[in-house]
Parts: sequence; C-alpha cells; structure tokens
Amino acid sequence: MSELIQQLFDGLGRGSEYALIALGIAVIFGVMHLVNFAHGELITVSAYVTYFMFNNDLNWWLIIPAVVLTASATSVAIEFVAFRWVRGATDFTQMLTSFGVHFAVQAIFIMYVSASFKSYDRPGWIANTVTVGGIRLEVIDLVTIGVTVAALLGTAALLRRTMFGISLRAAAADFDAARLMGVRSDRVIRGAFLLAGVLAGIAAVFVLMRTGRASPTAGLTPLLKGVLAALIGGLGSLSGAVIGGLALGIVEVLLIARLPAAWVGLTNGFVFMLIALLFVFRPGGLITVGKAERV
Amino acid sequence: MSLLETENLTVKYGAIAAARDVSIEVRTGEVVGLIGPNGAGKTTTLGAISGLLKPAQGTVRFNGQVTTGWAPDKLLRHGLALVPEHRRLFTDLTVLENLKIGGVTAKASEREERIQNAFELFGVLKTKARTPAGYLSGGEAQQLAIARALMSDARLVLMDEPSLGLAPALVDVVFDLIESLAAAGRTLLVVEQNATRMLRAADRAYVMRSGEIAASGTGAELLNRPDLFEEFVGRS
Repeated sequence: MSELIQQLFDGLGRGSEYALIALGIAVIFGVMHLVNFAHGELITVSAYVTYFMFNNDLNWWLIIPAVVLTASATSVAIEFVAFRWVRGATDFTQMLTSFGVHFAVQAIFIMYVSASFKSYDRPGWIANTVTVGGIRLEVIDLVTIGVTVAALLGTAALLRRTMFGISLRAAAADFDAARLMGVRSDRVIRGAFLLAGVLAGIAAVFVLMRTGRASPTAGLTPLLKGVLAALIGGLGSLSGAVIGGLALGIVEVLLIARLPAAWVGLTNGFVFMLIALLFVFRPGGLITVGKAERV
Repeated sequence: MSLLETENLTVKYGAIAAARDVSIEVRTGEVVGLIGPNGAGKTTTLGAISGLLKPAQGTVRFNGQVTTGWAPDKLLRHGLALVPEHRRLFTDLTVLENLKIGGVTAKASEREERIQNAFELFGVLKTKARTPAGYLSGGEAQQLAIARALMSDARLVLMDEPSLGLAPALVDVVFDLIESLAAAGRTLLVVEQNATRMLRAADRAYVMRSGEIAASGTGAELLNRPDLFEEFVGRS
C-alpha cells in the first residue's frame, strides 16, 4: 500500500509539470483554436538560459526567476513575431506556423550553440527524500506539487476575478462575440500567450532541474506530454488540462513501476493505447468543451 | 438629429449582393424597425453597420463620423452596441460575468453602477447573478443579451431578431422591454420578422425585400398597408 501511495505521489509530481504545460496549451487553444507546437520552445530557450547562467557562476535562486521571465518573454515574442501575422488565417495555417517556429528555434540553437547536450549542475537537494508515515517522498515532487497548486490557484483567481481573465474566457468561448462587446482581441491574445509563458516557465524550472541539461530538443518531450494531457482533458478546457496532466503523470509512473522489466521500454506505447481507448468512449476527452467550461 | 445613416450600402457574399443600395437613417431617441422576410438582407445590413461585415460599397455614418469598415470593438467604444442574432451569450460565464463583459470598456466604478442599474431594470437577472448563462430560459437569456448590450452605455443599440425562437409569452416580454427602453429615451434599431409587433413598437420602420429597401414610413403608416405585410412579410 505504501508503495502505491509513493508511486501516486511520484505520478502527481511528474503530472504537475505536464499540467502546467497543458494549461498553457489549453489557454492558447481556447483563444485562437491553435494547438501551439511552438510551446515546447519556451522550455528549450529556458534550458539554454539556465546553461549560460550556470556557466557564469549564477545559482538556482537567480536562475528560477530568470527561467520564468525567459519563458514568458519568449512566448509573447513568438506571438508578436509569428502568430500575429497569421491571425484570421485558417487553423491549419496557424498550426503550420507553430511548426515553423518549433523548427526555426531548434535550428538556431543547432547552428549558433551546438547540436549536442550542454550539461549543468542540478540543485543539490533534488535527490533528497523525506519519510512521512513510512512513505518515502522525493523533495522535488513535494515542491513541484506545492508550486503547481499555488500556480493553479493563482491562474483560477486571475481567470475568474479579473476583467482580463473574464475577457479571456469570453474570447475563448466566442471570439467574435467578445469583440462585439468591446474586448480588445490584441490584448486578450497577447495576455493568453503571456499567461501560457508564465505557466510554461514554472514547469520549465522543474523540468530543467530534473534533466540537468540543455539541448535543441529540450522542449520536445514536455511539449508532447503537454499536448497529450490537453487532449486527454479535452482541448480548450482549463480543468481538463490539469486533470489530463495529472492523470498522464500517474499512469506513466504506475506503468513504469508495474510493468515487467522487459516491457518498461514500451511504457509510451501502453500510454498511447490507453489514450486511444479513452477516445473511443469519450472522443472529446475527459471534459467536453462547450458543455463544461472553456478556459 | 441623425445618429446613424447608411448611404447606398451594398454587401456581397462572393458575387451575390445580399444587401443592395441600402439607405436608412436613425435619429436620436427613435426606435426604428427593419422588417422583412427571411433572406431579405436585414441581418446583413446590420452586420455591415456593426462592423461584422465589410460593405462592398456605400458608407455608414455614425454620430457624425464615417465608420464604414470599422471593427466592432472600435464601434462599441464610439457608442454603437449590438444584441446579436441568437444572442451569443457566453454560456459558461455567469450572468454577472456576462454583464461585466458588456461593460468591459467602462471604468470599474462605472461598470459596477451599470450592473446595479441592469439589476434594477431586469430583476430576474439579479436573482440569477451567479448562474451560468447557459442555464437561463429563452426569455431570461434574451433579457441578459439586451442588458449586456446596455452595459456599454451605447448611444445606439442594434438588435438582431430579439424575439426569434421565443415562446409567444416571452415575445411579449421582449417587446415590452423594447417599449420601456424607448420610453427611457434609448435609440434602437431593431431587425425583426415579427412585423406587426415591431411596427407597433417602432417610431419608424423600413421594409426590406430581396436585399433592397422596399418601403419606409412611420410604424402607424406601415401598419395601415396590409399589402406590404402579405407581399413582403407574409406574417401579421
């Protein structure tokens, strides 16, 4: 039993990262109907900022705010440089644009930095554990879960209690109707990218602490997990993205822990099978947008 | 004084002109109806006035400025609000949040004051302030759509088929509301298929047929021309 609780806790820690990334994807999808495949680049850029700050003898306490700022600024910059020019274009054009940004950022780091991994020291406490009631918990999981809960509560308050948040939710539900009410589309879209960037920045801190290395593809796996989590939850649904992220993290950890050793390499395959099964019964994901809330 | 004027307004969908040479006028304090059968071009005309559609030719002049092709949010900031067809409420947002969005251009203190005014005018909305708009009945939803448009404190409110899809009793509620807004001095341009009710509520009206203005006059004058109803509206 204690083993299961420990695994669930590990899953929640991992799933928290996915939830934060998925939440950003859901926010942008809600406003623009765009699955933003450039979202992972926020983590890639943050990874190199981490690497360069380490090389300049700066510690994690300075790197953490720098990563959140970097991801936020990068998100807004991507909107300004790429997406604002294709606003009003078809969903397909916007999705191709997001692929273009994804490959362009990768190419820039390959050409001007290196195609290989760049390692940096992970924080000393990352491997620490605490024992609660006979259950051994990793400190990084505790911190990730705690910070994620705080970030989600902050996001919920922003979306429900501020005019920006209400405008964002209205625009996500019916963009044209929101404009008819006087909501400024530019501000809402830029705000959505900023919010997604802050959430990705918080996730990036934990992703980068765990991996301890930067590479041109550093954001690829987190992006895929975030997109999967958003799909599981129901694209465009805020709570769905969070539930999808946590569910994905828990399922991954349980599969890794419980599959026979020879099958552990097939974990992702099993995850995709389970997702396919979910879509057979709930094609719109766990929370169907339109009937439930949307961003 | 003329608050809104369109001059030879033509709107096309591809090669087809859904509205042709539409020239109408709304004066401050008037309730003006735009009536006609399905496909007459009423909603298209309203779309061009409210910035949802770009006219192929002609001009729209609102409050003394040429506003042809202006975006809806810009028009709203200049005092022109629209209650769209099918209401287009934000169904997952609460009644209160819908009203707040309606007053998004106002300062926070003004917005709060207008919300209280809306609750006085539409009592049912106050009791359902925390209810998601998707859970309202048709009549309540229409009241919310109108209250939301009034939140902007617009000088001119455009209404697109406010009685569409409502039960007869609720149609009465909507027209009573239009009449009470008119009595309060609001300027309204209302697109309606329910010609008789609209003409009773309107100071003046335009009748559209096949994309063109076919007749115009005071509500009373047009009510005395049943030939118009049978030919153009087919409903009285």
